[in-house]
Amino acid sequence: MYGNDFGPRDDAPLNAAETADYTQALQEYFDGLIEEDSRIEPRDAMPEAYRKTLIRQIAQHAHSEIIGMQPEGNWITRAPSLRRKAILMAKVQDEAGHGLYLYSAAETLGVDRAELLDKLHTGRQKYSSIFNYPTLTWADVGAIGWLVDGAAIMNQVPLCRCSYGPYARAMIRVCKEESFHQRQGYEILWTLSRGTEAQRAMLQDAADRWWWPALMMFGPPDSGEKAKDGHTAQNMAWGIKRFTNDDLRQKFVDMTVPQAIKLGITLPDPDLRWNEETGHWDFGEVDWDEFWRVLKGDGPCNAQRIATRVAAHEDGAWVREAAVAYAAKHAAQEEVA
Amino acid sequence: MSAGHDYSGVTVAGPRERPVTDPTSLHTAYLLSLGDDALVYAQRLGEWMTHAPQIEEDMALGNVGLDLLGQARALLTRAGEVEGRGRDEDAMAMLRDEREFRNVHLVEQPRGDFGQEMARLLWFASYQHELYTALVSSADETVAGVAQKAVKEVDYHRDHATQWVLRLGDGTPTSHARMQAGLEAVHPYVAELGEDFAAARWAAEHGVGVLPSTLSDGVNAYVADVLEQATLSMPDEPRWRARGGREGVHSEAMGYLLAELQHVARSHPGATW
Repeated sequence: MYGNDFGPRDDAPLNAAETADYTQALQEYFDGLIEEDSRIEPRDAMPEAYRKTLIRQIAQHAHSEIIGMQPEGNWITRAPSLRRKAILMAKVQDEAGHGLYLYSAAETLGVDRAELLDKLHTGRQKYSSIFNYPTLTWADVGAIGWLVDGAAIMNQVPLCRCSYGPYARAMIRVCKEESFHQRQGYEILWTLSRGTEAQRAMLQDAADRWWWPALMMFGPPDSGEKAKDGHTAQNMAWGIKRFTNDDLRQKFVDMTVPQAIKLGITLPDPDLRWNEETGHWDFGEVDWDEFWRVLKGDGPCNAQRIATRVAAHEDGAWVREAAVAYAAKHAAQEEVA
Repeated sequence: MSAGHDYSGVTVAGPRERPVTDPTSLHTAYLLSLGDDALVYAQRLGEWMTHAPQIEEDMALGNVGLDLLGQARALLTRAGEVEGRGRDEDAMAMLRDEREFRNVHLVEQPRGDFGQEMARLLWFASYQHELYTALVSSADETVAGVAQKAVKEVDYHRDHATQWVLRLGDGTPTSHARMQAGLEAVHPYVAELGEDFAAARWAAEHGVGVLPSTLSDGVNAYVADVLEQATLSMPDEPRWRARGGREGVHSEAMGYLLAELQHVARSHPGATW
């Protein structure tokens, strides 16, 4: 019998699995897995803080995929050729698919998608701030593929070796598709670079607007003096994060600058120059005030992105409710039959 | 005679109709009617992405749109070949004016709510299913090839619409009412799908195409069956009905749709994308 006909003292363990001994055993098991660089699976015990961090990170990633559909979806009806329209529709569809696998990965940690969406809609969980910038020309669709997807992949490839199995596996698939998107984006820009004067101007303008926001995607500085702030040290210890934000940003700059040279464009940073000694591209200071301002809600599209998402969700409530009612009705009928 | 005017010898009497009779134009027009339906509906479905009731549905509507876009590209390319004036799929899609588009009014109507979209998709996919089933044996090999692939695609589209119409019709009282309202809203546009037109008559006579009127029984039977299972009723004969799309006479929504579809391409004449 499971009724509340007896009551232990609030602070007393009811059984041995509620004791510090058991907590200690779990922690040792978890630490052992982390130590040997094995994957943590949903069935494994894990510290609450680890679980919460992952939920936050995976949800934010899923939300970014879903919100990221908007700036690109903005150009579906206006793509300049039918081939480009088809590629863009398929891309936006892929982003929706990525959102779905990531919500599923988060669900393995004991939350559900509806709860996470509600947190997105009410501003309690975030999405990548890059999507708070508008797509103003066709070249922006190319720039998102080249720079935004390029930066995302730089962040995500290390996540394929993340300690949490379902997230790592989702990332393997996501990175493959993102890599395809990045190439498509670059190809859009490559075509513009060989096009008319107006097309080349459109390309340069898009690169000028997207370069710095793309560098911000790696997050604020977290190496050297800054290493003690933020979550980087803990996330590295847990095997969730493998490289610092600053390392990833430098790798991205090193990989991307030669591509800009091939496009025949400039990047909007007078301090950008090749450093013979280090073998890296030096670059100027990111405007972190802008980063924090947009992150806190004061970007060109923050309000619009959430309003669009909430409207779609609310407009669709009657449809989702109908599907549930229909399923219940038909399940009941099948039981009778 | 009124003061100062002499109209003797001035011809102002024009023909009531300007029928097109040459085979090339009729063949091209038939291909455009097929391709434009697919293109214009793909354009409307593309508008749904990020606005659908759930993420799965953003994907599904995108998928239907992509299939239609694929059909449109093949058919418009073929129309350009038959026409013989060097127009490719993009010249057909981006550089024709409204009066040259031959799609039905159903597909050009602005996006309504999800119930209305499922009503439109149910009718349109049911029509395309009958259509492509018949076109598998077209004497135009491109048309036959498109039809063989498309018949499987539209089978899925029709099923997708069916599943939603069943859920919305037999879901909650609200969804039932909204689904019924969606059916009523699209009903004036349905008859045009089954209406014969000059290019289709030519195509049917030459084994290239099929008379739309011969498809209506199959379409109506399929939809009627779904509505019955969904506890919905077939709307009454509407007081007015759309006509003229196959001759390039559209509703006012069409100009805006084309403005959006074509503006980047037209702003950069001769550019490659």
